[in-house]
Amino acid sequence: MARMKFLCDAERCIECNACVTACKNEHEIPWGINRRRVVTINDGKPGERSISVACMHCSDAPCMAVCPVDCFYQTEEGVVLHSKDLCIGCGYCFYACPFGAPQYPQVGNFGSRGKMDKCTFCAGGPEADKSDNEFKKYGRNRLAEGKLPLCAEMCSTKALLAGDGDVVSDIYRERVVSRGFGSGAWGWGRAYPGQGA
Amino acid sequence: MTAISRSKKLVVQLAVLVLIALGTSFALEIVDPQQAQAQSNVRPPANAVTSPVGGTVPGASSGNQSDSEMWRAVRKGIKGTVSIPDKKAGQLVQSEGDAWRAVKNGPIAKWGVIGLGGMVALLVLFYLIRGKITVDHGMSGRTMTRFADMERMGHWLLAVSFIVLAITGLNITYGKYFLLPVLGKAGFATIAGAGKWLHNYVAFAFMAGLVMILVMWIKENFPNKYDLEWLAKGGGMFVKGVHPPSKKFNAGQKILFWLVIWGGLGLSLTGIALLFPFQFGFPTGMEPIQQMQFATTWHAIIALVMTIVVIAHIYIGTVGMEGAYDAMGSGEVDENWAKEHHSVWAKEKAKSRGGRKSKAVPAE
Repeated sequence: MARMKFLCDAERCIECNACVTACKNEHEIPWGINRRRVVTINDGKPGERSISVACMHCSDAPCMAVCPVDCFYQTEEGVVLHSKDLCIGCGYCFYACPFGAPQYPQVGNFGSRGKMDKCTFCAGGPEADKSDNEFKKYGRNRLAEGKLPLCAEMCSTKALLAGDGDVVSDIYRERVVSRGFGSGAWGWGRAYPGQGA
Repeated sequence: MTAISRSKKLVVQLAVLVLIALGTSFALEIVDPQQAQAQSNVRPPANAVTSPVGGTVPGASSGNQSDSEMWRAVRKGIKGTVSIPDKKAGQLVQSEGDAWRAVKNGPIAKWGVIGLGGMVALLVLFYLIRGKITVDHGMSGRTMTRFADMERMGHWLLAVSFIVLAITGLNITYGKYFLLPVLGKAGFATIAGAGKWLHNYVAFAFMAGLVMILVMWIKENFPNKYDLEWLAKGGGMFVKGVHPPSKKFNAGQKILFWLVIWGGLGLSLTGIALLFPFQFGFPTGMEPIQQMQFATTWHAIIALVMTIVVIAHIYIGTVGMEGAYDAMGSGEVDENWAKEHHSVWAKEKAKSRGGRKSKAVPAE
């Protein structure tokens, strides 16, 4: 069984935010919730890089470890999903998550959180696949439809890759090799200072 | 001829030697050692793209700075920019969450259980050895007012809210391990969800109770001359017939009071921060998310310490000591109990009552 993974090629991302928009549209996500976002490092300076980031579907997911009601589960494909019926909106998963993936609608008084919402790798939730209930709570279940996450599917520069981890890493490895010296390969500039970044 | 030519040759040889010596030292001076090392270690292939100059980018796809440095900085939590309204989302990776998780699921959970279980075990042991602390001279049947209505109201507001908060709080921390397997996920989530709301609202009752007892009891809780003696004798709790003097509150009660006041203040501040997530910033220099993590951690530590101590307080105020519960129950304590446990206070109280009596005009 494939292990699903996201990979964003920072050499290719042009910060068009289409992945963010596509995600919001596909899953009909309410205002104020961002399952995916694009972060730009060194914005407007030499060496600017953009990265699209969402839930990374960790193997040892911190959200799962800290959830007081144990509402998370991981599918056979490594996708981390949760049940909104169980979630009590305590916010612990947000404190634990390294990537800021969990999002909360503001409901009721104080700054109180509603049921947590996050990227599902377009894999829905615990409800029956492709059911109305599932769509309302978790958005479209594209994996059940035999499709991959929309954010990556429609990325114009193919910076964002999603799917079987082996395939994704093969594609990225090929890119690194074909870019040659100074491809931005991890650690190049450190290993060979001044020899192309 | 030979002599001249030989000497000429010698001069030329010397000159060459001097030149070589000069040249070598000159060359040694101008060659940068770092460059020499770089040349010897990493010599790029002939067709390699050489070092970029100025803003040029070789290969049209790479940058002109070390990417590994940038990614290391990203890993360590530098902030970028985002176009969404929540600018905090500019941080790509926050690793502190992992430390938070480790502390929460590790030492806090572990030592909390040890502390709670240890305190209960100690109290059971104490009860088995010492038994119920009785009034040595027996109940007199005459009572005196120890706590007025308002004092008892403040106490019970604080006490009931604390118990509700403690139970719902413990459920959030430990329910997953103890209650969830019994009730099942759906049942437990319902209870935990209700518990969260109860915790959020009852918190205000706790804060009100805290203010009430602070205002009413602070003047009687400053240290006085009886405290050291009381502490030295262990409050007379361990030996029958020993009753160190004390005023309205003994040293043990004072320690509890200040623990509740400071602990309650800490709980209230961190609790408000958690109740209104990311609304308040303390001037700590920490990222907002780190403040939230700090608030939950500190909230849990104070709450567990207070719960452990309050278990002992509940014990001594109910099953542990004869006549103690009346102080907070009806507010009327037995005179003999008061003389034994709060001798100075009882004397003063009796005197003031006597004083009042003397002022009264006797009936004809």
